[in-house]
Amino acid sequence: MTAGSPLPEGRRLRIRGVVQGVGFRPFVWRLARDLDLAGEVSNDGEGVLIVAWGQRAGLDALARRLVEEAPPLARIATVDEAELSEPAPAGPFRIVASRQGAATTVIPPDAATCPACLAEVREPGGRRHGHAFANCTHCGPRLTIARAIPWDRAHTSMADFPMCAACAAEYADPADRRFHAQPIACPDCGPRLWLEDATGARLADEPMAATARLLREGVVVAIKGLGGFHLACDARNAAALATLRRRKHRDAKPFAVMATEAQARALCVVDEAALALLASPAAPIVLLPCRADGGEALPDGLAPGQDHLGLMLPATPLHHLLLDAFGGPLVMTSGNRSEEPQAIDNDEARLRLAGIADAFLMHDRAIVNRLDDSVVALDEGGAPVPIRRARGYAPAPLALPFSDLPPTLAMGGELKATFALIRGGEAIVGPHVGDLEQAAALDDYRAMLGLYREIFAFMPAIVAVDAHAGYLSTQLGEALAAECGARLVRVAHHHAHMASCLADNGVGGGAHLGLLLDGLGLGTDGTLWGGEVLSGDYRGVERVGGFAAVPLIGGAAAMREPWRNLLAHLRHAFGPDWRTRAVPVLAHLPDATRLGLAESMMERGINVPTCSSAGRLFDAVAAALGLHAERISHEGQAAMALEALARPFAAKERPWRTVTGLDWGNLWRALLDDLADGVAPGRIAARFHLTLAQALADVAARVGHAGQRVVLSGGVMQNRVLLAALRRALRERDLVPLSHCRVPANDGGLALGQGIVAALAGA
Amino acid sequence: MSRLLRPGATVEMAHGGGGLATTRLVREIFARHFANPILAQGHDAARIEAPSGRLVMTTDAHVVSPLEFPGGDIGSLAVHGTINDVAMGGAQPIALSAAFIIEEGFPLETLDRIAQSMGRAARDAGVPIVTGDTKVVERGHGDGVYIATTGIGVVPEGVTIAPENIAPGMAILVSGTLGDHGVAILSRRQGLEFSTTIASDSAALHRMVADMVAAVPDIAVLRDPTRGGLSATLNELAEAAGVTMTLDEAAIPVRPEVAGACELLGLDPMHIANEGKLVCICPADRAQDVLDVMRSHPEGRDAALIGTVGDRAAPGTPGLLRMTTLIGGTRVVDWLAGEPLPRIC
Ligand SMILES: [Fe+3]
Ligand SMILES: [Mg+2]
Ligand SMILES: [Zn+2]
Ligand SMILES: [Zn+2]
Repeated sequence: MTAGSPLPEGRRLRIRGVVQGVGFRPFVWRLARDLDLAGEVSNDGEGVLIVAWGQRAGLDALARRLVEEAPPLARIATVDEAELSEPAPAGPFRIVASRQGAATTVIPPDAATCPACLAEVREPGGRRHGHAFANCTHCGPRLTIARAIPWDRAHTSMADFPMCAACAAEYADPADRRFHAQPIACPDCGPRLWLEDATGARLADEPMAATARLLREGVVVAIKGLGGFHLACDARNAAALATLRRRKHRDAKPFAVMATEAQARALCVVDEAALALLASPAAPIVLLPCRADGGEALPDGLAPGQDHLGLMLPATPLHHLLLDAFGGPLVMTSGNRSEEPQAIDNDEARLRLAGIADAFLMHDRAIVNRLDDSVVALDEGGAPVPIRRARGYAPAPLALPFSDLPPTLAMGGELKATFALIRGGEAIVGPHVGDLEQAAALDDYRAMLGLYREIFAFMPAIVAVDAHAGYLSTQLGEALAAECGARLVRVAHHHAHMASCLADNGVGGGAHLGLLLDGLGLGTDGTLWGGEVLSGDYRGVERVGGFAAVPLIGGAAAMREPWRNLLAHLRHAFGPDWRTRAVPVLAHLPDATRLGLAESMMERGINVPTCSSAGRLFDAVAAALGLHAERISHEGQAAMALEALARPFAAKERPWRTVTGLDWGNLWRALLDDLADGVAPGRIAARFHLTLAQALADVAARVGHAGQRVVLSGGVMQNRVLLAALRRALRERDLVPLSHCRVPANDGGLALGQGIVAALAGA
Repeated sequence: MSRLLRPGATVEMAHGGGGLATTRLVREIFARHFANPILAQGHDAARIEAPSGRLVMTTDAHVVSPLEFPGGDIGSLAVHGTINDVAMGGAQPIALSAAFIIEEGFPLETLDRIAQSMGRAARDAGVPIVTGDTKVVERGHGDGVYIATTGIGVVPEGVTIAPENIAPGMAILVSGTLGDHGVAILSRRQGLEFSTTIASDSAALHRMVADMVAAVPDIAVLRDPTRGGLSATLNELAEAAGVTMTLDEAAIPVRPEVAGACELLGLDPMHIANEGKLVCICPADRAQDVLDVMRSHPEGRDAALIGTVGDRAAPGTPGLLRMTTLIGGTRVVDWLAGEPLPRIC
């Protein structure tokens, strides 16, 4: 301080949000030193606390720059400032060690390798040259390696790797990018990488070069990644793809591809929005349109029947080095058999991936928590549409349009099971765990829930479950509520979907409309819903319209065999004489025996629950156009094929004008007429999407008023042709569409809405 | 042929009145088909020599539609079901009782057929029907005929069969193919035309059980997977014993025609009722002995080792029963609460 300057002032800054474990304190320390301030910065249970003294200009600059220049992984929610009356302490600005008990309780999401670390890994002669595990405060493994709180090395799987002197010095230096970087590692002290063959014998060669060589030869290699094992093969090698599909029992579900930015551009249309998402710290799989022109043609086996490819950039030094060594795009599919969760443990991988992988690129750092790759699509405006929220996003909290919600644990759905912890004004939505009927997923769900409850010191007062008593998540929730003495609240499936979308968009109370389109869920009236027009809010909904209920022939069998839905819809539309109308689609129905039995089931009510399902309508239309009518090999296959078929025509076609209401009789008439007239299937598919959008928007306009919000949720809203058409149709009718941006529209987003509904009902 | 059974004759209210009509009905139908020395005593309460040791007693009400189906009818089903309930306690049945609730207007000819089948089943099993009762309800108040049966039996020395005996590492065995009865009933009731006629597996299992417990007295538990199928039975046992269980899908015997029918109907053979099958849990090192005994009986011809008991686990949590699938995954086998409601969103 120079003589004659005004007296120093004191200020207290409270920063909330994702500000712990992201290098925030050293960042503040550097700023404060830069601005000639005295005082200290500390972590506590609420976030980061700064007390600083200096010139007013310097304090103002601190408050401004800590927002503007925040570390890449920080997410500042609020900054509260207050004057301090006490005098400045002596000495320079300092970082106060975390107090015991009030330690850094927050574990951040895993983050893709930052540019600085990548540069070090590629720098010849550098200390971390070629090191597959380099990381710093701005990047690296987080939730995947966490065993417990607080977030420090001793509670992660890095505890097995004592720091060398050089790493320890970096770790202790506030000026270093690795100050308090818990997973800090180098070739001297970090995890080891090796390649072993199918017999478990380690190969002597340099593992990265040897893996690349095997991949070039068309071999399937299991690769231990951040959140689990992947199965990798050369994405350009049709024979390798076929082998992988056969061994994995994965018939047609698209494979994700890992590529460099340049390779990605050769395969797909990568615009600015897509690149920003691909290169974000979360590094998700992004569904990108395949290049129609001059791009690189990849084998059909990669994503059969799809016009999009799931692409991701390398997220760890290991993956960067692998792509560098291999020199081309790699299939990176989850390391499992069929629909099982991916393997995370070395022995488990050797066992479960035996017969699938011919070699294993392994390392000795344990993956503690399985986290699947996240999947995001982009809408027509370039906004992210979350499909699967896991690695890179979990466990970051989501801010809610509420402030005082009681501690509520929401158990989510069944097939894309995800739980949520809700408290105060935020929700911590757990990662996508998968189909709970898979025993490994059920185990993971329990383990992950246990960890989250510990991390967030969470004791629920309310446990929210889906209204469907058969969901394993509901059964788990019932047991947990009893164990915790918490109140159990059952939430109708589509009410939860609607609330989820409202909360996702930060919308509080008010009377809203919702178009909830999905496979099925239990409605407020105890029947199966799946294509509903709802009116209401978090506290309750009323069904003001919806699709006609149509039999699910054979219950769950209707999800696997689209022809069942075609038959059910034809009979619903035309009655027992449906055959005379259905000539153009008879070829897509099975033989007379099976057809006769299916009709008997409908006539006699044998295992034919009815459901107003939107998903099954898509299956029926797909079957009518000959898309996977007999059987689908993975969820949504027929509907996704229908969407892909419609996409090129969506801008040019018009809806069928005869269709009004949501009963679909005229829709089938129009569709069959078009087929009889020889209209191209793609055009029919487009007309179907547009007709659905128009009919739904008409109902919304009839029951709603100008300016009213219309929520768009449920798994069918992942269909971007429909989503775009619906939003346009709603806007044309002066309605305000709201769609998902932070959690998926599918059941992966269910827990968020379920929890808020229950929290408000139970409060 | 008796005067009672003239063509077209039906059950009338008087047949349940306790008078001459009742006596005639009992004598000409039930007594004739069930004939045995104890019944012939003619007392309302049958007198049986008291055996030494532990007695078991069970009771069952039989309501089935249709009354007659491929592989059996309500009469034989009532006998087999009650004998099996006695046998699942490790006991040998001694005697049965049978009470009939008959709807007015029910064809006497059908009643005669059912009683005949019931008598034959009891005789074949070597277990007499020693007492009974008959009531008639007004037209529209019953579904043809209901039969309530009670059985008593004796447990051999040294046999203690109870879910508490189930311990980690034990073997899970099943005596034959699953789902036959449920699919047979469903297809006959609904007139579903499958390419092959599927017959009920209805059978008495006590003789096989006698040999099983004689060969391996430390059998932990026996159960007949009737309503709710194998899945309900094993979930119940896992819950009661506080253990996990893992089945091997490839080892579970299901007739191809049953599997095919289930596929089309959207049903799971694991959830379908059986009437002539048992599940046995025994120490793993005795599994082969038990299998050998079962396979030496016609009703255990297709017996198989289908899984093992896993670790101890807290009851009250879902997911205790698991199955390694054909492609190498492991899925949870849930029990159904009533009608199956699809879960997939
Ligand atoms: Fe849903
Ligand atoms: Mg009984
Ligand atoms: Zn870094
Ligand atoms: Zn080091």
